Amino acid sequence: MSAPSGVTFATLMKDVRLEWRSKDAINSMLFFALLVVVVFSFSFDPLAEESRQIAGGLVWVAFLFASVVALNQTWARELRNQVLDAYRVSPAPANSLFLAKALGNLIFVLVLEAVMTPLFIVFYKLRALGPAWQLLPVAILGTWAIVVNGTFFAAMSLRTRSREIMLPLLLFPITIPALVSMVEATKIILVGDPATSAKFWIVLLATYDVVFTTGCLALFETVLHAE
Amino acid sequence: MKKAFPILGLLTAALLSYALYDALMVAPKEQTMGDVQRIFYYHVPSAWTAFLLFFLNFLASIQYLVRRDPKNDKVANWVVITFAVLTCVAAFVIKLVPDLMKALPEGVELSSIATTGPIIAGIYFLLRKLFSVEDSDALAVTTAEVGVVFCTVVLVTGPLWARPVWGIWWTWDVRLTSTLVLWLIYVSYLVLRRFSSSGQTPVLAAALAVFGALDVPLVYFSIWIFRTQHPQPVIGGGGSIDPRMLRVLLVNWLAFLCFAFLVCWSRYRLERLKRQVEETQALEALLEPRGAVR
Repeated sequence: MSAPSGVTFATLMKDVRLEWRSKDAINSMLFFALLVVVVFSFSFDPLAEESRQIAGGLVWVAFLFASVVALNQTWARELRNQVLDAYRVSPAPANSLFLAKALGNLIFVLVLEAVMTPLFIVFYKLRALGPAWQLLPVAILGTWAIVVNGTFFAAMSLRTRSREIMLPLLLFPITIPALVSMVEATKIILVGDPATSAKFWIVLLATYDVVFTTGCLALFETVLHAE
Repeated sequence: MKKAFPILGLLTAALLSYALYDALMVAPKEQTMGDVQRIFYYHVPSAWTAFLLFFLNFLASIQYLVRRDPKNDKVANWVVITFAVLTCVAAFVIKLVPDLMKALPEGVELSSIATTGPIIAGIYFLLRKLFSVEDSDALAVTTAEVGVVFCTVVLVTGPLWARPVWGIWWTWDVRLTSTLVLWLIYVSYLVLRRFSSSGQTPVLAAALAVFGALDVPLVYFSIWIFRTQHPQPVIGGGGSIDPRMLRVLLVNWLAFLCFAFLVCWSRYRLERLKRQVEETQALEALLEPRGAVR
């Protein structure tokens, strides 16, 4: 029986190395997010002053849709050669496997965000009028909220027919409070009205993360071994 | 038991027609809204019934997850008992500390805080006694399906009332949005059940139900910050209601509960029969000599 952190680290490194060599998830996510940006720009005038109001929503919806691409690949990869069955019979704790997968997805989506954010700024002429550093906790907490549930639901939808469509169907309703918090926090920071503060939404996001990380860790073993 | 079903059916039919008569004829006309307000007697009982069914679904799902392992089962029992005791203690603590008493939202009574925990624990242990582990999954399917139907009624009657009274069909207010999100979660629950292969469905569905229940308070708080347009709850809230209207509302709720119970009962029996048929078929397939062709 190896230490949980060892299993987590080994699986995480394996996933990162696989991604580094194939770049499957990152490339498809990037292109998908880029398409969303371009398609949205036809729906309304992206250079208008009001675009600041909706930019937060737009950015997060693009990232949410794009991350589904990566999340769908998380476990599908392990189905080949019965790797997932090997995990199940191995003495490695299920939760360390889950954490590795979730952290891997967190890294992929954060990379996507790091690349796409400058593009958004250029295309939509964005400039934060509020405290811009607050965008960092919003991004990290928000991304974790998406990937922790996404990784869990991807494992769940693995056993279903048409699993590619199943993941968003399960993920989106549950993500709504997190999405509301991310969008509102981003909007407040971008608009920079001194009367309002993004702190409430950041705390709510953190609460969401704590609640659902606990939920995922408590239930993941049951879901992994469900037969 | 078999005789009880048609008797209950007749009783429900009588009660429903009496409730309809009550709602349309007996209940006084509302001063400002007029007759449109009468949809309230369908809207509110449906909402209460739907929430009750979703709550039962949550308890049944939890029981399905924890009772498969006796150790978890024991832990869960103690958690429920502790929760019940804690709510009673909390009510006393609030009573003793004046600052907390002031912070209490308007309309929330100490007695309701103190009774919530024991009632929930009572329902939990009642379900635990009445349903075996496998049956609790059948109960979860039943309550989710019937709950979605009642929740749909709520979402349809709401806009019908809102159009003449508010002038709009829909608004993204906290109660409306949370109910819609709840409906979405349970529809995704039913989709998951439909799409997953039979062996693992109960576990996956139960996990999703627990996630949905964790989500509901967060949904409520996240949308709470927007201004609330929905009328404040007239019972246990700040509003007031004519006692005649209250009586009609409660009669309607009783009728709706009977109806929901009736539908759940028949759906539950159907689910049990379906499972028995599947089991028998699986057993027959095993017993059949190898290579035999029918």
